[in-house]
Amino acid sequence: MKIHEYQGKELFRAAGVPVLQGFVARSPQEASEAFDKLGSPLAVVKAQIHAGGRGKGSVIDNPAQKGVVLVRSSKEAAGVAEGLLGKKLVTIQTGSEGQTVNQVFVEQGCAIARELYLGIVLDRAAAMPVLMVSSEGGVEIEKVAEESPELILKEHFDPAVGLESFQVRKLCKKLGIEGAAAKAADSFMKAACRFFVDHDCSLAEINPLVITEDGKMIALDAKVTFDDNALFRHPTIKPLRDLNEEDPNELRAADSGLSYVQLEGNIGCLVNGAGLAMATMDIIKYHGGQPSNFLDVGGGANTAQVTEAFRILLSDPNCKGVLVNIFGGIARCTTIATAIIEASKEVGFQVPLVVRLEGTEVKEGRKMLEESDVNVITAADLTEAAEKIVAAAAGKA
Amino acid sequence: MSILVDRNTRVLCQGITGNAGAFHTRGCRDYGTQMVGGVTPGKGGQSFDGLPVFDTVEEAVAQTGADATMIFVPAPFTADAILEAIDAGIRVICAITEGVPVLDMVRVYRAVKASDSILIGPNCPGIITPGQCKIGIMPGYIHQPGKIAIMSRSGTLTYEAVWQTSNLGLGQSTCVGLGGDPIVGTSFIDLLARFQEDDQTEAILMIGEIGGSAEEEAAAFVQEHVTKPVAAFIAGRTAPPGKRMGHAGAIISGGKGTAGEKVAALEAAGIVVAPTPAKMAEAVVQAMQKKS
Repeated sequence: MKIHEYQGKELFRAAGVPVLQGFVARSPQEASEAFDKLGSPLAVVKAQIHAGGRGKGSVIDNPAQKGVVLVRSSKEAAGVAEGLLGKKLVTIQTGSEGQTVNQVFVEQGCAIARELYLGIVLDRAAAMPVLMVSSEGGVEIEKVAEESPELILKEHFDPAVGLESFQVRKLCKKLGIEGAAAKAADSFMKAACRFFVDHDCSLAEINPLVITEDGKMIALDAKVTFDDNALFRHPTIKPLRDLNEEDPNELRAADSGLSYVQLEGNIGCLVNGAGLAMATMDIIKYHGGQPSNFLDVGGGANTAQVTEAFRILLSDPNCKGVLVNIFGGIARCTTIATAIIEASKEVGFQVPLVVRLEGTEVKEGRKMLEESDVNVITAADLTEAAEKIVAAAAGKA
Repeated sequence: MSILVDRNTRVLCQGITGNAGAFHTRGCRDYGTQMVGGVTPGKGGQSFDGLPVFDTVEEAVAQTGADATMIFVPAPFTADAILEAIDAGIRVICAITEGVPVLDMVRVYRAVKASDSILIGPNCPGIITPGQCKIGIMPGYIHQPGKIAIMSRSGTLTYEAVWQTSNLGLGQSTCVGLGGDPIVGTSFIDLLARFQEDDQTEAILMIGEIGGSAEEEAAAFVQEHVTKPVAAFIAGRTAPPGKRMGHAGAIISGGKGTAGEKVAALEAAGIVVAPTPAKMAEAVVQAMQKKS
């Protein structure tokens, strides 16, 4: 689960990770008041969407309006809020449609001496969290990782113990951080690592992390993602979820216990199991087609869930055909067959449907489909299924 | 021979009185697995289908001589259940449960590596030596005793591979679902070493997916230590980047983890990579022909 920058910073403050004073605003009026409350000559108005790259991103139809803007008066703050609120911001991470800005964050300015990058993630290979720090702050860290990975310094830490002081000293030495800033780094980095563990994060990223002219360390950004599997033990974090930031079909699927990801192609897929679902997308592409989604109905899918899955798939106007690929283990082929018949009665299939069933109760499932009046193209194996759906979606069936 | 489990393996179910635990305990017993009891805290002294239920794993081991367990307890309690099994000296621990918090697994991983136990999973279908012992949720009837070892990070994709190898009459020696989570107890490398030593295994099929660097590490291991034929398939060649893996995850591995890089690493190690999931068994046959 992702949260907004302003929410991340509230959590940071409570955890002893230094941030600047700021207020969230949902109207130009509120932005103006926020500027006055801050009482500093300079402030930054930042669009609050879950995607990164906001500083360089701009509003659709108004490229002059950037997502992060420096302001010097309450009037300017209100003007920027006016330009952002309710508009769609396009950044390198949003895709061409952009993401609607529903709130802005008005934050104090500060005198920056140096910008760094700090990120904490889980290192799967080491089976431990790792702190990454780089001198290349404020830029796209993915580019740094690709072009000069040696500039990203790493320190693993045991979640039960946290980051040790000597690890911070090693980092400071390599980064040339001395004096007051080195002292600040010890407290900052330890607090950030503790934050990651205490909140069951899957990502905590601060880019840029700044050193001010008076030697303080401050998180100028906060990108925090939580481990969905651990939300049950964080009742205060769960309500921070912003449903406006999520794809409506993905949300709808999640409500029914389905795993769905919207893609750009034209062949809908309904599969059981994440690995098989990915492999089904692969084989569609191998045979010249483009999947319009990833949909895993899970191991123990029931008829209601699978029917809902069909509704979601068929609501996508780009979907020109559906491939059902089920290897029944716990999920029974008869359940899938029942759902196909139900869905055809309820929503109707305006597009071709290719079905490949295998596994538990396969004979009964195939028979049910044969005896129904649903127009199904059957396939005996994966290759045949992929070839048939690609041809059908292209109108060659 | 086979690896890890056979007809003499004595199996417990932790969470035996829950829906899934009950259903699959019956499924495993019907397959022929020696199910010897179950554990549900607070329900010790009861029985389930004639099997004794215990409050603790320690008691269950003392009373039944169990040396393997399958875990179906809910995700918030799975880490604790695994640690209890390690403490009781269980040799093979299969955690089927999906949705375990990843930091819980950081703790469990260290405990299991410091012990003599082997953890398979979590979020996996389990392990099966066809005709002898099934521990987990896989449909037993698609398997056939035979010579191909299968290990995989995905459940249903494993069934697909099993089905294909059964249809070609090759059969399977032992199939292991490693689990789809970021941190799992057993890696491809752990199993490659065992399959290399196993008399029954004539060829190995490895099913990986995008993310992490387990496949690249396995490729390097195969080059150094495995003389048997190896085939592979990587799922997710067409998955959109950044959708499942948070993008900072890619930073840590230095740009590793894409399907293209994995396939290149595997092929460089002499492994035959199936171009589509429909060709997994054919890739195994090709790998065997290449070596002979």
